[in-house]
Amino acid sequence: MDTRIITNKRDFSLKGFFLQWEWMLVLIFIGVNIMNMSLSEYYWDYNNLRDATMNFLDKAFIVLPMVFIIILGDIDISVASTVALSSVVMADLYNMGVPMPLAVVICLAVGTVCGFINGLLVVKYKELSAVIVTLATMIIYRGIAYILLEDQASGSFPDWFSFLGWGYVGSIPFILIVFAVFAILFAFLLHKTVFGRRVYAMGNNSTASFFSGIQVGKVKIIVFTLTGLMAGVTALFLTSRMGSTRPNVATGYELDVIAMVVLGGISTAGGKGRMIGAILAVFLIGFLRYGLGLVNVQAQVLLIIIGLLLIFAVAVPKLKWGKNKPRKLT
Amino acid sequence: MAEYVLELNGITKTFPGVKALDNVYFKLKPGEIHALMGENGAGKSTFIKVITGVHPADEGEMIMNGERVEFKTPNDSKRRGIAAIYQHVTNYPDLNVTENIFMGHEKLQKGTKRILWKEMHKEAEQLLKELGASFSPKTQMGALSVAEQQIVEIAKALSVDAKIIIMDEPTAALTRRESEELYRIAERLRDRGASIIFISHRFEDMYRLATKVTVLRDSKYIGTWDVDAISNHDLIVAMVGRDITQLFPKTDAEIGEELLRVEGLGKTGYFADISFSLRRGEILGLTGLVGAGRTEVCQTLFGIEPYDRGTIYFKGKEARIKKPLDAMNYGIGYLPEDRQKQGLVLEWGIGRNITLPALEKIARKGSINTAKEAEIAKRLAEKVGVKAKSIFDLASSLSGGNQQKVVFAKLLTADLDVIILDEPTKGVDVGAKSAIYEIISDLANQGYGIIMVSSEMPEIIGMCDRVAVMREGRITAFLDRKSITQEAILKASMADEAPVD
Repeated sequence: MDTRIITNKRDFSLKGFFLQWEWMLVLIFIGVNIMNMSLSEYYWDYNNLRDATMNFLDKAFIVLPMVFIIILGDIDISVASTVALSSVVMADLYNMGVPMPLAVVICLAVGTVCGFINGLLVVKYKELSAVIVTLATMIIYRGIAYILLEDQASGSFPDWFSFLGWGYVGSIPFILIVFAVFAILFAFLLHKTVFGRRVYAMGNNSTASFFSGIQVGKVKIIVFTLTGLMAGVTALFLTSRMGSTRPNVATGYELDVIAMVVLGGISTAGGKGRMIGAILAVFLIGFLRYGLGLVNVQAQVLLIIIGLLLIFAVAVPKLKWGKNKPRKLT
Repeated sequence: MAEYVLELNGITKTFPGVKALDNVYFKLKPGEIHALMGENGAGKSTFIKVITGVHPADEGEMIMNGERVEFKTPNDSKRRGIAAIYQHVTNYPDLNVTENIFMGHEKLQKGTKRILWKEMHKEAEQLLKELGASFSPKTQMGALSVAEQQIVEIAKALSVDAKIIIMDEPTAALTRRESEELYRIAERLRDRGASIIFISHRFEDMYRLATKVTVLRDSKYIGTWDVDAISNHDLIVAMVGRDITQLFPKTDAEIGEELLRVEGLGKTGYFADISFSLRRGEILGLTGLVGAGRTEVCQTLFGIEPYDRGTIYFKGKEARIKKPLDAMNYGIGYLPEDRQKQGLVLEWGIGRNITLPALEKIARKGSINTAKEAEIAKRLAEKVGVKAKSIFDLASSLSGGNQQKVVFAKLLTADLDVIILDEPTKGVDVGAKSAIYEIISDLANQGYGIIMVSSEMPEIIGMCDRVAVMREGRITAFLDRKSITQEAILKASMADEAPVD
């Protein structure tokens, strides 16, 4: 067979490197900070920023596995209900006399099971899209939470539990440390492992992945289950910060989470995007909220700004790539 | 009336960085079937796009019936009576035939703009009848076979009274019998006075239909000949630009021990009583008409579809195959028929595609070693002769033949003994075909057992040690190398013959 020399060294192009969406996020992030600084003199203060971080990081735990789900080309809108159900079950059990450490484990377990059920349904009923399946479980999980607590609040947890949401290690918030650890783990899983590679392959071409021997159903179930587990983690930190729980906690989290993932440059068409983008988006939206909150901008205005950012995030790659796309000739 | 309905003089079309058409000439007479041939990437598609106004030409002139024309949009060409029927039929599968035929030019009542369904159905029925079709215009498009859908496309062209009909590889997905039907329709259109530009990789299409043939190569105009006046060999030289001395480089590989034995394999409604064995170094052909169940058998062996009867033995032991991973763990690989949908991640580089089936090999404890990956990918890409600059070139940027080579390289990453090839040269041009045959022959020499599904008679005859012919889900004949002839294969694949053993 004729042998030609094919290189396996990647050309490094400075232009290509800086043309990535993540750099755009960095720019916007810097812009948001400059804007916030000029709006309020209290913004640029280590303690203030640090404590602001603690306010928005709870949902960020779900952002990490949601990146996997969106890359698969799927979606999970039941995560907020999973948070509520896990939280409510934990509080209920604790109030019935179950020791708190065990209740915490059960909280994580409930989240995991919820995610597993989502994954199983999505894989089993291929004709149903993930958005429909998780819409159904979103209603069901939230419904169960309401049955368990009947619109009551439940709380009075032991003191150590509040450390999760309020504690510091040195001068760094505990929640930030935990998030950093998870973020590194998930980024590694997505970008450096066989599993992550398979997720990307499935997001790009599920059929070819199946024909290449990838157990597509198994991968999907694992990803949904991980999402449930991380919803359980969010439930822990959220409950700790609030000190009590109600069946309607975390309402709207699913949309916040998906917005962060999409703003992070992860394409809803599947197969594209990076973890770092989503993590940048978490801090971008978090700091934007905090800064505008300092000067009492209405929450609705804030939503409009986030909405505009999202449209920008979806439109810009299209505009950019649309022009330079190499045309296929035959 | 002008001598030519369509005349192209010195057409040039440049895309950023590429000359897609370079000074091309073309002349089409009324009532002529004119074949356009060339390898993939020769510029045939761009040629059609210029004629249909999808891409306006940069230089050169286009003359219709003696009058200079300029098409800026597809609508311009449509209005002048040019219709194109594409290889991959583009239609609305959930709508019915009438709706598909009249899409974009529905018959409307004056004033109210109400759609005149009755009139449309009637005209659609008339057109279908003219084309010899037997289905009703109220049939849902998706329920039709590819051949029938093409007839609808042709009816669509007739409904706008097209004078020039461009057919882009219309027979690629058709069986022999369906192709015959298409030939008849093309001739009927010609007799009505339409001119046809016929693009195909199949020489038999050209010999059967066309009177003139124009060849493009590397975006350049090579020449136009009378079909009767040019030999097959000269035509290949014109298309490829060099002499292909031997299209089928089949060498006699050493036939070793039995790798795979299938006994009484069956799947209700698809195939039954499939029994054969495959040895090391052997190329077993699996042929028959499209729809005879060949792909189904292969996909079952690879674990994509389940089976309900029979046993598969791998190296003498019973093999339980429920999913592709099981098959690959035994050592059975599959090259799918549709490389774009089933074989490749088009948006990925060549390297990542190659390593996808065997990621464990480049990983330690689940984490990928990219240096090792790059090394393996480079080695395999070179081994199968992929023409590319780097392993990071996107699979979508390759020609069909090169894409197919990447899929072959994928098979080489996994530790396999048996390789099942499903139409390995489908949609691949002549030059790449011979390269692929070389790869296949090489694999057999390396000791792989190979099952090759193919509808192309010459490659079955040229490449296989043994051939199993299938008809209606059953194997009707086994032919060994000496007895593989076109007649024997045809006899065993046609319905009205008694089964042979």
